[in-house]
Amino acid sequence: MMTGTANIRELVTRNIRTSGIYIAFVLIVAFFAILTDGTLLSSTNVTNLILQYSYILILAIGMVIVIIAGHIDLSVGSVVALTGAVSAVLVIKHDVPWWGGVIAALIVGCLVGAWQGFWVAFVGIPAFITTLAGMLLFRGLTLLVLGNISLSPFPPVYTKIAQGFQNGLLGGQGFDVFTLVIFAIAVAGYAFSAIRGRRNRISYNQTVEAAPLFVLRLVAVAVVVMWLGWQLSNARGLPNVLILLAFLVIAYTLVTTRSVFGRHVYAIGGNLSAAMLSGVKVRWVNFGIMLNMGFLAGIAGVVFSSRSNTAQPAAGNMFELDAIAACFIGGAAVTGGVGRVTGAIVGGLIMAVMSNGMQLMGIDQSIQSVVKGLVLLLAVAFDVYNKRRAGAR
Amino acid sequence: MSTNILEMRKITKTFPGVKALEDVELDVIDGEIHAICGENGAGKSTLMKVLSGVYPHGTYTGDIVFKGETVEFHSINESEAKGIVIIHQELALVPYLSVAENIFLGNERRGSSGLIDWNRTNHEAMRLMAEVGLDENPLTPVSQLGVGKQQLIEIAKALSKEVQLLILDEPTSALNDDDSEHLLGLLRKLQDRGIGSIMISHKLNEIEEIADRTTILRDGHTIETFDMASTKDPQERIIKGMVGRELENRYPKRDHKVGEEVLRVENWTVHHPTQPGRIVVDRASFNVKSGEVVGIAGVMGAGRTELAMSVFGRSYGRDITGEIYKRGELIKVRDVAEAISHGLAYATEDRKKYGLNLIQDIRTNISAAGLDKLSSNGWINGNEELKVAEEYRESMNIKTPSVMQTVGNLSGGNQQKVVLSKWIYSDADVMILDEPTRGIDVGAKYEIYTIINRLVAAGKAVVIISSELPELLGTCDRIYTLAFGRMTGEMPVADATQEVLMELMTQEREQEKMTEDKEVLS
Repeated sequence: MMTGTANIRELVTRNIRTSGIYIAFVLIVAFFAILTDGTLLSSTNVTNLILQYSYILILAIGMVIVIIAGHIDLSVGSVVALTGAVSAVLVIKHDVPWWGGVIAALIVGCLVGAWQGFWVAFVGIPAFITTLAGMLLFRGLTLLVLGNISLSPFPPVYTKIAQGFQNGLLGGQGFDVFTLVIFAIAVAGYAFSAIRGRRNRISYNQTVEAAPLFVLRLVAVAVVVMWLGWQLSNARGLPNVLILLAFLVIAYTLVTTRSVFGRHVYAIGGNLSAAMLSGVKVRWVNFGIMLNMGFLAGIAGVVFSSRSNTAQPAAGNMFELDAIAACFIGGAAVTGGVGRVTGAIVGGLIMAVMSNGMQLMGIDQSIQSVVKGLVLLLAVAFDVYNKRRAGAR
Repeated sequence: MSTNILEMRKITKTFPGVKALEDVELDVIDGEIHAICGENGAGKSTLMKVLSGVYPHGTYTGDIVFKGETVEFHSINESEAKGIVIIHQELALVPYLSVAENIFLGNERRGSSGLIDWNRTNHEAMRLMAEVGLDENPLTPVSQLGVGKQQLIEIAKALSKEVQLLILDEPTSALNDDDSEHLLGLLRKLQDRGIGSIMISHKLNEIEEIADRTTILRDGHTIETFDMASTKDPQERIIKGMVGRELENRYPKRDHKVGEEVLRVENWTVHHPTQPGRIVVDRASFNVKSGEVVGIAGVMGAGRTELAMSVFGRSYGRDITGEIYKRGELIKVRDVAEAISHGLAYATEDRKKYGLNLIQDIRTNISAAGLDKLSSNGWINGNEELKVAEEYRESMNIKTPSVMQTVGNLSGGNQQKVVLSKWIYSDADVMILDEPTRGIDVGAKYEIYTIINRLVAAGKAVVIISSELPELLGTCDRIYTLAFGRMTGEMPVADATQEVLMELMTQEREQEKMTEDKEVLS
């Protein structure tokens, strides 16, 4: 029964929870690409898609960690608004330099996270309640900070954060060479780490996917990534926000998979009592999780205010639901203990492609909402179904 | 006269990659008590799940003939409708509902209006409770009753469904001797009324006492079914059948080389976490030396687990007073992390609830308490972790194709080995093992004892908490007895007998008799 390599079927059944999401993503992209006559995949639209949904993806990164630990955060939308508002008041009203606004937003985000972390971790209020209160609280504070009015515009340098591009650094012939070089480096880095990881696993006698399958996967990833790079380089170049996003995804993937903190997050979500009895400082880990969520909400607040070039009292409304949906579509378990950063990102992209695709097709807002709701429900139903099948022993 | 109430023919059930049952045969004669024995992972529970419809018809092959007709159950409801009721190891009662509500849960007694007829419900509940020998108010919430009584409620519930064949999955594993005795008596009473039962158990004494016939499973196959009365040494035969070899000794021999004192606990007092004023552990003192195995004998509710968990970083109770000395020095143990850093380890009695992250793999469970050793600056060395896990898989003989296997899929014995691996890897020099062989088959028990011997041979100090006295007598150097929160005795194993221990374990204090059942840990 024990083999060095796993065949495709075994791999698919074993990883259906994680691989299913990629298949679904490809199908959804193909579906909307056909329905929009390819507009969905055009250079400009791909660029727009990244700019438009980046803050949801940033929130989803923090949210998936919250959800793995068995919590939820309903306040992130309000926190996005509050941090953006603080930044706007400083930068627009008080002529603080752009980086002053950014730092202030991040500090406010961390304070919010610490506040909620305190109640969740040390007082023991369920995160659902704490953050429901936070949702109201921080929305109210946003109104106070802004004095009930919108603030705009930001100085151009501030808007560069989310609207700017790295372009022309290496010149171009109708497309941006720099962007392509960066993407090529990324692909090479991915391939290198994948090959090294595989070699390590083999040397420790662990099951790995069959060599042709492995190569196929590498090639598929390389093709998709390079295609994305090509599209971007044909439009406006490499978006700043994509650099930020890539950095966050890599950093948090490492945190969740390789760090002691990440391990403790999974331990708490998987079995709280066992984690406690294994010496995990559950309170501090929970505090850290909420703190981190606040920090990432601060980043999202900066990105969103920069992207929309304004700070509004109603900013970030419903963002929390998009972020939560991204996590669950991305395979996080409702009961905690399971989830991945990459899954949440893909889940977020599925939501993004669906919204964007439906917008391109001119579908009514109401229908869009219905479709997104159903997709979320079906994604979790699929997860529950899988678990029941897997648990039937 | 002996007609079969149940025949299971050529039952085969496969899970992805594993053949759990292969051509298993089982005959149960009408009205008999039929024991099923086998090591963990032998397929006993799977067989019972096939029988009760947990695994619906179609997911297995083979035939089930009940009362002469071939049946195809698609759910538990269908098997219960035929009178086959299964009582699982983990009791399925709703803690906040009353005894009566639990008995009729899903089977409510309704009046003509369609609403629940509470008078009838409570009245019938009392009748059923009397039948099982449970003297409680039917309105009492189940959570206020001990495990033994909860077990009886499960049986009352089965009776309310007009049970024809009762299946009990390790019914006495969580019960003390009195409660077990009562339960076995009840099964006999039901037998007199013509209700037979199938009982899965690891307790061989019990099986010898009560079973008419026994079927042995090993590795998903039926080994044999034999009549208990006409067999000379049935226990021997069961063990032989289960492990496929003869165990000349259930406890491996070891050399006794007791060294310096490693841990001493003095005047340890613990209060109940939610009931102020209730003392759970009362001025208990004990010590353990390197190379020594010390037993703490006590019935359920004596405060054994509470003592151990409160010492292990105050994981239980409040208003804890007393001193802990490590190698003669007073130490502070304010939380689990501190306990671990002082070299303490506590392997829980309930590994699924408190010991393991069941949805994670073996690797992460083994490293869970020793991540400090695997990490620098907060980053885990994944390769090293894998290496460690592989080493333990090898040395602890954890039976699994890969350390990436989810722990929830392992058998009880293998899960326990993972728990022990975790604590050995944490470099503990005092290991408190709470019921280390609960729910584990004979073969795996022997392995666990061997591991304990290896630990003390390496100079570690081991404390075993157990309610199985033969186990303590077979493994310990010295035994303490704990009764109602107090240490009532201490003796070298040479002086101990089951009778002496039992007397000390049940010694009550004169003035205040604490008769409350053990509370479920909060």
